[in-house]
Amino acid sequence: MPALCRDCLSELQDNRRCPNCGSPRVVSHPELFDLTIAHMDCDAFYASVEKRDNPELADKPVIIGGGKRGVVSTACYIARIRGVRSAMPMFQALRLCPDAVVLRPRMDAYAEVSRKIRAMMEELTPAVEPLSLDEAFMDLSGTRRLHGAPPAVMLARLVRRMKDELGVTGSIGLSHNKFLAKVASDLDKPRGFSVIGRAETADFLKDKPVSLIWGVGPSAQAALDRAGIRTISDLLRWDRSALHERFGSMGDRLWHLARGQDRRAVSANAPVKSISNETTFAEDIADPDILDGHLWRMSEKVADRAKAKRLAGRVVTLKLKRADHALLTRRVALRDATQIADRIYRTARALFAQVADRAPFRLLGVGLSELYPEAQADISGDLLDPDAARRARAERTADEIRRKFGPNAIIKGRALR
Amino acid sequence: MKFSIERGVLLKAVSQAQSVVERRNTIPILANVLIEAEGDNVQFRATDLDIEVVDRAPAQVERAGATTVAATTLHEIVRKLPDGALVTLTADSAAGRLTVEAGRSNFSLATLPKEDFPVMASSEYQSNFSAPAPVLRRLFDKSKFAISTEETRYYLNGVYMHVAESDGQKVLRCVATDGHRLARIDADLPQGAEDMPGVIVPRKTVGELRKLLDDDDMQIAVSVSETKVRFATPDITLTSKVIDGTFPDYARVIPLHNTRRLEVDAREFAAAVDRVATVSSERSRAVKMQMENDRLVLSVNAPDSGAAEEELAVAYSDEPLEIGFNAKYLLEIASQVDRENAVFLFNSAGDPTLMREGNDDSAIYVVMPMRV
Repeated sequence: MPALCRDCLSELQDNRRCPNCGSPRVVSHPELFDLTIAHMDCDAFYASVEKRDNPELADKPVIIGGGKRGVVSTACYIARIRGVRSAMPMFQALRLCPDAVVLRPRMDAYAEVSRKIRAMMEELTPAVEPLSLDEAFMDLSGTRRLHGAPPAVMLARLVRRMKDELGVTGSIGLSHNKFLAKVASDLDKPRGFSVIGRAETADFLKDKPVSLIWGVGPSAQAALDRAGIRTISDLLRWDRSALHERFGSMGDRLWHLARGQDRRAVSANAPVKSISNETTFAEDIADPDILDGHLWRMSEKVADRAKAKRLAGRVVTLKLKRADHALLTRRVALRDATQIADRIYRTARALFAQVADRAPFRLLGVGLSELYPEAQADISGDLLDPDAARRARAERTADEIRRKFGPNAIIKGRALR
Repeated sequence: MKFSIERGVLLKAVSQAQSVVERRNTIPILANVLIEAEGDNVQFRATDLDIEVVDRAPAQVERAGATTVAATTLHEIVRKLPDGALVTLTADSAAGRLTVEAGRSNFSLATLPKEDFPVMASSEYQSNFSAPAPVLRRLFDKSKFAISTEETRYYLNGVYMHVAESDGQKVLRCVATDGHRLARIDADLPQGAEDMPGVIVPRKTVGELRKLLDDDDMQIAVSVSETKVRFATPDITLTSKVIDGTFPDYARVIPLHNTRRLEVDAREFAAAVDRVATVSSERSRAVKMQMENDRLVLSVNAPDSGAAEEELAVAYSDEPLEIGFNAKYLLEIASQVDRENAVFLFNSAGDPTLMREGNDDSAIYVVMPMRV
């Protein structure tokens, strides 16, 4: 069986330990040198960067997140052993791990490392599709002759370089499509290298829970559960038309993914068509003030992402789900594109006023579409709202303050509702 | 019901009615026109529940009566009949049909009972006055381009007609704005209009009203209440609900202290803006105006398609200024000027700009600049 030493990169034949360097970090798989779609996921990325920059932290539990009342953004592996998880409220994390060093995120530093990793990936293939600062898909099909080595070797070299040159570690998932590559990268973290071959795809998926499928979150999971679908083998029992009938386009996707089929291409610079953010409430909400608070937070998140991507959108969409799951969407086109949270929020609020009487709601989302480069953002003011320009300037200033002092350094009162 | 009517007279009456009828209707009766014949007159009535138009025409009535028939079908038939034809309409209520006969053409149309036709409740009007057609024509023609189509700000979807004060004189004023440009047009206050409540006349009503205003010698009877407005000529009565909302305080957005003054031949200016804007295919084309020493340079720079520049001799003696506008808005306000030069008053490149005709304050326009 083809095998590879991840330390000295020797191509081997089914050895447990590398005969050349003695390392036990050998990965072997029948299809190892034939698979070309990879997912690279950095290990506890923010925490790794912090530990690299401050060696005193190396053997301490480190948590990155915002303040005592915030949530955990990333926890290093030492903190994870104590039970700390991302998205956990900070007070709970500190109860589990009182000696943790809590640091505010330094997005600039992370982005800098991320850019360097991306440049390394782009040396392997032009088809790099970043999902966030710390993970990306790569399609290495047809690069073997160029590099004189199969993709698996180049990927092992990539993570070795990341560790040597940048001081951060990553895990690789290698498979025959994006869905499985992403699943694989998560199987053996940290510093993992996992392979899911064509031959074992069906066997591998069989007993996995449906939540393994990318895009099946708590609410899709609940809907599937009501149909008696908990594992991927449950999905395999449904015909395609029945799934489509019950779950619409998600049904079609599930049918394919349950069979390990995913034809989406790895595309560099996939053009973003829309930016949106939504939240499902723990319980249905009718209170207009609380809903307004969510409206603001969603608008702000959308604006933050638009600003990060240097984009602006002209169409604002409000999405609401009523208690009985009936979906309400309202959209409006602005005269010019915007990336200002205040303008998105005010537009969404006017849309909300049209349907406010249909409360309570279980979900609220805000989206921005028909996107333009940010140079075309907010190019003209509103005669009837002369203060809008001042509020936009205040927002830009607040953005600067957050960049310097952390995401919670300054927030709007309405975000606290 | 049976009556005969000249084709041209019938066409005019029916076309006014059918334009009020909405193309897509979920309530079948709203697609119909109510025809009522009595004495020497026939009345055609159509409604979309917000606007009602009643058109009266002379006819030879043989048998009085009433029925309703699809407005667009009747309009199409009459339109295709030869000019000068005498048209006879006969209702057969037992069969539920209306026959339309002209020469050798014969049509039989399905009808709906007249009792089902919704007639707009009559109401008390607080103010009744009469205004010459050309006065109303100017008020609405010069303001309607600025009406907003934005549904979330429904109170901007019409022209705000109200009584205002200008230089100590009471005036009849029409204002429309979409937040990017604003038009404020004044006319002498007609007698009897002093107590008129301010109303927002919906866009569709403004369009229908325009058809009543072509005749220069016509006096229009105007009636206004808090909820409705009515415009009437001897033949046509147009009644409309007004927009239930508060028009924003527009006075605070009109810049009164802009000091940089540009005077330019409006027609030349509009033609030049139109020419330079050709190179850009963007949805909101920006035209840059650079002014210095009696010179105006108009330019458009569209990185994907090209660039254009044109110079105009103008009157400008203030500090040099560079400011950008949406080409469409500039064209629209420039084309409102019909007698004299256009006068632009600027403050800075980020502030609203005011435009008027010469020194005439009875029609002023405000336009928001854009970043270029």
